Amino acid sequence: MTTKMTTSKAAGTSGGPMVKAEGVHKSFGTAHILKGIDLEVAPREVFCLIGPSGSGKSTFLRCINHLEKVNAGRLSVDGELVGYREHNGKLYELRDKEVAARRRDIGMVFQRFNLFPHMTAVENIMEAPIQVKGESRAAARERATTLLDRVGLADKAANYPSQLSGGQQQRVAIARALAMEPKLMLFDEPTSALDPELVGDVLDVMKDLAADGMTMIVVTHEMGFAREVGDSLVFMDDGVVVESGHPREVLGNPQHERTKSFLSKVL
Amino acid sequence: MSVDVDKSAQPPADAPPPQPEPLKAIPVRHYGRWVAAVVVLGLVALLGRAFASGNVNWDAIPQYMFNADILKGLRNTLLITVLSMIIGIVLGVILAVMRQSKNPVTSTVAWFYVWFFRGTPVYVQLFLWFNLGLVFQYIDIMPIYKDEWSDFMTPFLCALLGLGLNEAAYMAEICRAGLNAVDEGQTEAAHALGMSHAKTLRRIIVPQAMRVIVPPTGNEVINMLKTSSLVIAVQYYDLLQAAQNVGRDSGVVVEMLILAAAWYLIATTVLSIGQYYLERYYARGSSRQLPLTPLQRAKAKLSGGFNRSAGGAA
Repeated sequence: MTTKMTTSKAAGTSGGPMVKAEGVHKSFGTAHILKGIDLEVAPREVFCLIGPSGSGKSTFLRCINHLEKVNAGRLSVDGELVGYREHNGKLYELRDKEVAARRRDIGMVFQRFNLFPHMTAVENIMEAPIQVKGESRAAARERATTLLDRVGLADKAANYPSQLSGGQQQRVAIARALAMEPKLMLFDEPTSALDPELVGDVLDVMKDLAADGMTMIVVTHEMGFAREVGDSLVFMDDGVVVESGHPREVLGNPQHERTKSFLSKVL
Repeated sequence: MSVDVDKSAQPPADAPPPQPEPLKAIPVRHYGRWVAAVVVLGLVALLGRAFASGNVNWDAIPQYMFNADILKGLRNTLLITVLSMIIGIVLGVILAVMRQSKNPVTSTVAWFYVWFFRGTPVYVQLFLWFNLGLVFQYIDIMPIYKDEWSDFMTPFLCALLGLGLNEAAYMAEICRAGLNAVDEGQTEAAHALGMSHAKTLRRIIVPQAMRVIVPPTGNEVINMLKTSSLVIAVQYYDLLQAAQNVGRDSGVVVEMLILAAAWYLIATTVLSIGQYYLERYYARGSSRQLPLTPLQRAKAKLSGGFNRSAGGAA
């Protein structure tokens, strides 16, 4: 984990907040999951989302790269609306191609890793740069090797996901997302599916990334990580933001009853 | 005789640990197996005697086994099987993807195709292709080609279209099941990386769907080989037609049917063996250890003798 990659894009290009949500609503059928989310994520910030399961934190994360469609409100990444284009006061739905183009700049790490099982670790990382950016195989392989080294898995390049432990798979998944040189990284409970002794390796990679200035939104149950690395923290419950602030403040001195009762169970 | 001991927990063979004393026990005797074997052998013997003494000219079968007409029929049967399956697979994949499309027109078209071709007997479809000249008198692809339908629609083309288009409907369902079997997270991961829908399908979903698609496709090939005998309806000269012709001309009708059955059995056996190894190939990566091939199993048995604990990996 010695090779640093400068995340020059992390500052964003708009000069404004990296992610801005105003009154974001989302429902699945009759289930109202997000009930008006307002928040801002600054460039280079490590932004932690905590809350009980079903509170809508993962759904919100998935809205940011348009894996879910927002029903109401405005959600923008680096000054650009997610999933829509605004012209003369009207919203136009983006075509699949345009949505895909915007997703290039947003990396996502899943709870269940979702590595491609029919490709080796290095092939997993090379896939998107070759297929999406049209990079040459040689260049993609070089970058993939550097990234694998960065996440401490240089010797696992030729292994298939089924031959890797959960923690190793997740670190490959992070490297895969980084290969697209994103300006924003989304982490959806990246350590929840891991054996306890494997969590540390993944968190180390994330800390390393944070220290490097990457803008990160992390849905997590790792309060230690939030406290140590996070710049701001939001507690969500039942589709709304209950409390937000600096992680040390919120975790150390929660103001709301719901926050207190949640933290008393997880801390 | 000794009984199985669990060897899996022991270290590799290069450092043999002190072997524990094998357990000595008298195995359960399975008398029912001996009784069943005697009964089955008896029945087979009776059946064999009946056929041997029946009014069948057995010598005709080896005599006509490699008859030129029979071989031509066999070649045509194999040809139509292979070509129909190619049409079926290619069109089936296209239909499966169409069916999943977000475009309501393409998905509806695919649905109707499968509905029609799966819902009517292939025998009827073959007849329909044969008689389509009643609807279309000429085929006229303006600058390139113009001909009477009956000249254009040869028995070969009838058989090919009839079997191939019917097969496509079944292959479409098999492919759709395969595509659906791939975890949703794979699509999400690919989309999150900025891959387009088409790229996701081609690079991520289809390669993983193959594992589910290949085994039933092998079944379909074997099925097609036998179904192809229906092309007699459009006067295509296949194995069954050849056998019937030869049988009629030489006065060995039943014998030639048995011969045809033998050739079908030989062909399906060869295909089954191919299918076994193909499935084994596509199972790689999904299971930690591949099952032994029959050959390897036989070797293991021979080297292990009757002492089963010495069997295992050959």
